[in-house]
Amino acid sequence: MELLEIKDLTKSYDKKIALNNINIKIESGKIVGLLGQNGAGKTTLIKLINDLLTPDKGEILVNGKKVGIESKKIIAYLPEKTYLNKQMKVVEVLEYFKDFYDDFDLEKAKKLLLDLNLDINQKLSTMSKGMQEKVQLVLVMSRNADLYILDEPLGGVDPATRDYILDTILSNFKENASVIISTHLISDIERILDEIIFIKDGSVILQSDADSLRNKEHSSIDEIFRRMFKC
Amino acid sequence: MDFVFDNNIPIYIQLLEYLKIYLISGTFKAGDKLPSVREFANIFKVNPNTMQKALGELEDMKLIYTERTNGKYVTEDEELIKKLKDDYAITLAKSYFQGMKRIGLGKAESIKYLKELGD
Repeated sequence: MELLEIKDLTKSYDKKIALNNINIKIESGKIVGLLGQNGAGKTTLIKLINDLLTPDKGEILVNGKKVGIESKKIIAYLPEKTYLNKQMKVVEVLEYFKDFYDDFDLEKAKKLLLDLNLDINQKLSTMSKGMQEKVQLVLVMSRNADLYILDEPLGGVDPATRDYILDTILSNFKENASVIISTHLISDIERILDEIIFIKDGSVILQSDADSLRNKEHSSIDEIFRRMFKC
Repeated sequence: MDFVFDNNIPIYIQLLEYLKIYLISGTFKAGDKLPSVREFANIFKVNPNTMQKALGELEDMKLIYTERTNGKYVTEDEELIKKLKDDYAITLAKSYFQGMKRIGLGKAESIKYLKELGD
């Protein structure tokens, strides 16, 4: 059984079609890049998988069951925009996560924050954007989830921190769990991907194993993306 | 240490190169126990699946073997590692001569350059 299966999924906002008849299958144990330009439909797709939007047509199955309360327990989601109360201290956010998610590993989160030189007694509002993004990533990666969904996790951070974030993702996702990372910063991230999904104007135009694609096209995923998405 | 990967070439092929050099240079010797897939993936900072693929290739080449439940080991067949080294050296030498040929130098002359470099 697939960890995630998306069948004939369509979603529109008013008359604008955001996703047009999407079909995707993702197995356990894979890191998948969801790659597309701004406005391609990446965030809409992610919100649908997280049951934050309702599809017009089609269905989304996680471990064979329709998304809902059960799937939320096993999906760790890093949204593009923060939803945390910035007046909270990091240590308070940790408590909040511990209460909210049964699979949250508080000790692991503390250790990761320490590794990143983040002070757990600091208020979020006094942290830089990059620091806040690190905190949020730690929160998400400290859950023992089956599926991690990271929407633009590298957006606001400098290249050195990007590497650190990628390493954090690599060394912390549970064995047999899968990770979906949405981004348009492909060259930074492609070395850690098993599979790629190209999404354009609401349609999946390619799903492939990353190394096979490099082998076939003799170029990087970034370059292939640029070729296929030429305006 | 940081490993640099060229995104134009499949990552597992580049990992395979690193691993071969470890075997040739004796970083891992005949019969040595190897780090686990996860440990290797952490060292190279790559995806464990990609690491597994590279190690799988080495295993297909009989350069390493898996002892069930115990982990992976370097082959005890030293001849095999010596052959790997020879093949690698020949490839490097060939590429040197090819480069020299491109600038109009034959084998004899190319060897002269090598000698002049000395140690």
